[in-house]
Amino acid sequence: MTEKNVVTAIHDTLHERMAADERLVVLGEDVGARGGVFRVTQGFLEEFGERRVIDTPLAEGAIVGLAVGMALHGLLPVAEIEFADFIHPAFDQMVSEVARMRYRTNGDFGLPMVVRAPWGGGVHGALYHSQSIEAFYGHVPGLKVVVPSTPYDAAGMLRSAIDDPDPVLFLEHKRTYRLISGEVPDEPYTVPIGPADVKREGTDLTAVAYGLMLHHCLEAAQRLDQEHGISVEVVDVRTISPLDRETILASVRKTGKAIVVYEDNRTYGAGAEIVATIAEEAMFDLDGPLVRIGGPDVPAMGFASNLEHAFMPDADLVFERMLELARF
Amino acid sequence: MATRVTRRPIHEDLGLSADDIRSMYRTMVTARLVDEASFRLNRQGKAAFVVPVSGHEGCQVGTAWALERGRDVWLPYYRDVAVVLVAGMTPCDIFLGLFAKADDPSSAGRQMPSHWGSRRLGIISHSSPIASQMPHASGIAYAMKFRGEDSAVGCWFGEGATSEGIWHEALNFAGIHEVPAIFVCENNHYAISVAQSKQMAVENVADRAAGYGMPGVVVDGNDVLACYAAMKDAVARARAGEGPTLIEAKTYRFFPHTSDDDDRTYRSREEVEEAKHHDPIHKFEHYLRDAGVMGKDEVEPIAAEIKADVDRQIDDAWNAPDPDPDSLLRHLYAEDDPA
Repeated sequence: MTEKNVVTAIHDTLHERMAADERLVVLGEDVGARGGVFRVTQGFLEEFGERRVIDTPLAEGAIVGLAVGMALHGLLPVAEIEFADFIHPAFDQMVSEVARMRYRTNGDFGLPMVVRAPWGGGVHGALYHSQSIEAFYGHVPGLKVVVPSTPYDAAGMLRSAIDDPDPVLFLEHKRTYRLISGEVPDEPYTVPIGPADVKREGTDLTAVAYGLMLHHCLEAAQRLDQEHGISVEVVDVRTISPLDRETILASVRKTGKAIVVYEDNRTYGAGAEIVATIAEEAMFDLDGPLVRIGGPDVPAMGFASNLEHAFMPDADLVFERMLELARF
Repeated sequence: MATRVTRRPIHEDLGLSADDIRSMYRTMVTARLVDEASFRLNRQGKAAFVVPVSGHEGCQVGTAWALERGRDVWLPYYRDVAVVLVAGMTPCDIFLGLFAKADDPSSAGRQMPSHWGSRRLGIISHSSPIASQMPHASGIAYAMKFRGEDSAVGCWFGEGATSEGIWHEALNFAGIHEVPAIFVCENNHYAISVAQSKQMAVENVADRAAGYGMPGVVVDGNDVLACYAAMKDAVARARAGEGPTLIEAKTYRFFPHTSDDDDRTYRSREEVEEAKHHDPIHKFEHYLRDAGVMGKDEVEPIAAEIKADVDRQIDDAWNAPDPDPDSLLRHLYAEDDPA
């Protein structure tokens, strides 16, 4: 076991897979000489060479589309979108090509490829370096969309994503990169794509979250236990699509109360689907109203610290809403 | 500026035998007859949607003929009936797609007709958004170079595709990495109804090749041997590690954009009739006669024989089973596919 932060866990795992499999290539903006703006591919160019570590032209549609071609001809591309906010030019490739190559060919073609994208706020990224994109792609059948939030899950799920015969959008929350550390096994292991994970067991209410919000929920749950003796179960969604409804519903049926927290714009966010699932499937198991915390419906967070803070739910807000729900 | 091919090619000089050019001719005629039958089936209510090829047979057969089945990779677009015939699809395969049958090799009835794909044949599946296949071509060609293969990628598209940003992005990457890709523009001067003059400020798509550091070649798309010659050179360059080429074949589409289009709203009948004087099939017939490869009296029997064969394949396709409605939910992910 080694204590690592999220970004180091991702770097080390990607490095391990690059060293193990000659077919693996990374491509994206600044992944070569610069080693990635977040340093995820630091040292890769020197070690693996420019054939396998490809500094692409500044064109996100091409980055994804080239990865499609590489995946179709025997390579295992791991494409990096420098910031998730910049993936929009690749939306057509993601939706029309990546997501439906297998479906539209009746299973004749498959695309073993990964698209990594740092997402989320709390880093003074303002309107174009802070956004959440999981709902756009969670809506698209054929894509697997994952949001690991701990070093252990990030490393394990990255191995699963690379091994997966289908395309995976691998979302890395930027604020967790260096904020969140944890024990990571030194030997390779995998964390499957699909299953959610109960990160903290509890009996009084269920919190469902991912990304930075997961950590706010864990912090709030800890305080509720210490200060009020309230037992909160925290479910880490981990995979946005396909969504593990069973784990979420099992927890809600056990506790009878649910709060769903996400930092994306509230309306049509991934949390809306989770809330709808609970409402559809577990209505008669509920002892209180379904609570949803999301970002406001404005384009994104502002650059000014107080504007960013006003946009993002924090542990205090989550704590208050949990307490309110527990007392209902 | 692009190179313009003006020399009249002679098949022996290109390494083509009399049998080769007879086969090329038959493939062009097959494409034309598939087209005419498809429109007939559309008017009979048996085919919901047809994308015609007529007029493009010369540039399609000429360019596709320079690639090798089982070695090279084909990225056609929706008008490429003749390209996929060269790549190994049969008329029956095409009609299975036209009728959206379970055995449609491209998509088992999921996609509209003429959205080609077959892993077995090395034909890469494509979608409807224009130019979306371009970066796939560059990515595959990169992988070929990476793996040390001496194979090549052919990627076909219309001149309208060249307005898309992703078209530029794909050629830019191909040029930087000198990958073995040949980009073939079938310029018929209309993107549905929008004339070339409103699509670009230049006369030749191939002139843009300079911006990507690759050769650009303009060729008469109605001259099948001229197209073959241009493609043959480009494929040789690709196999030799000399990088990509952009070929522009000037041609014309005789029918509307699709069976749902009415081209009378944007093209005069006189213009269409004039274009038919440059029919690539007739042009090739003249060549074959002049070269002593085919007699004038052979034209009709060959067409009749191919038509009988095409009609039989239409029947086979028509009588094939429809997709199972339950298949709608299958093949989203690999785990849904039986091993």
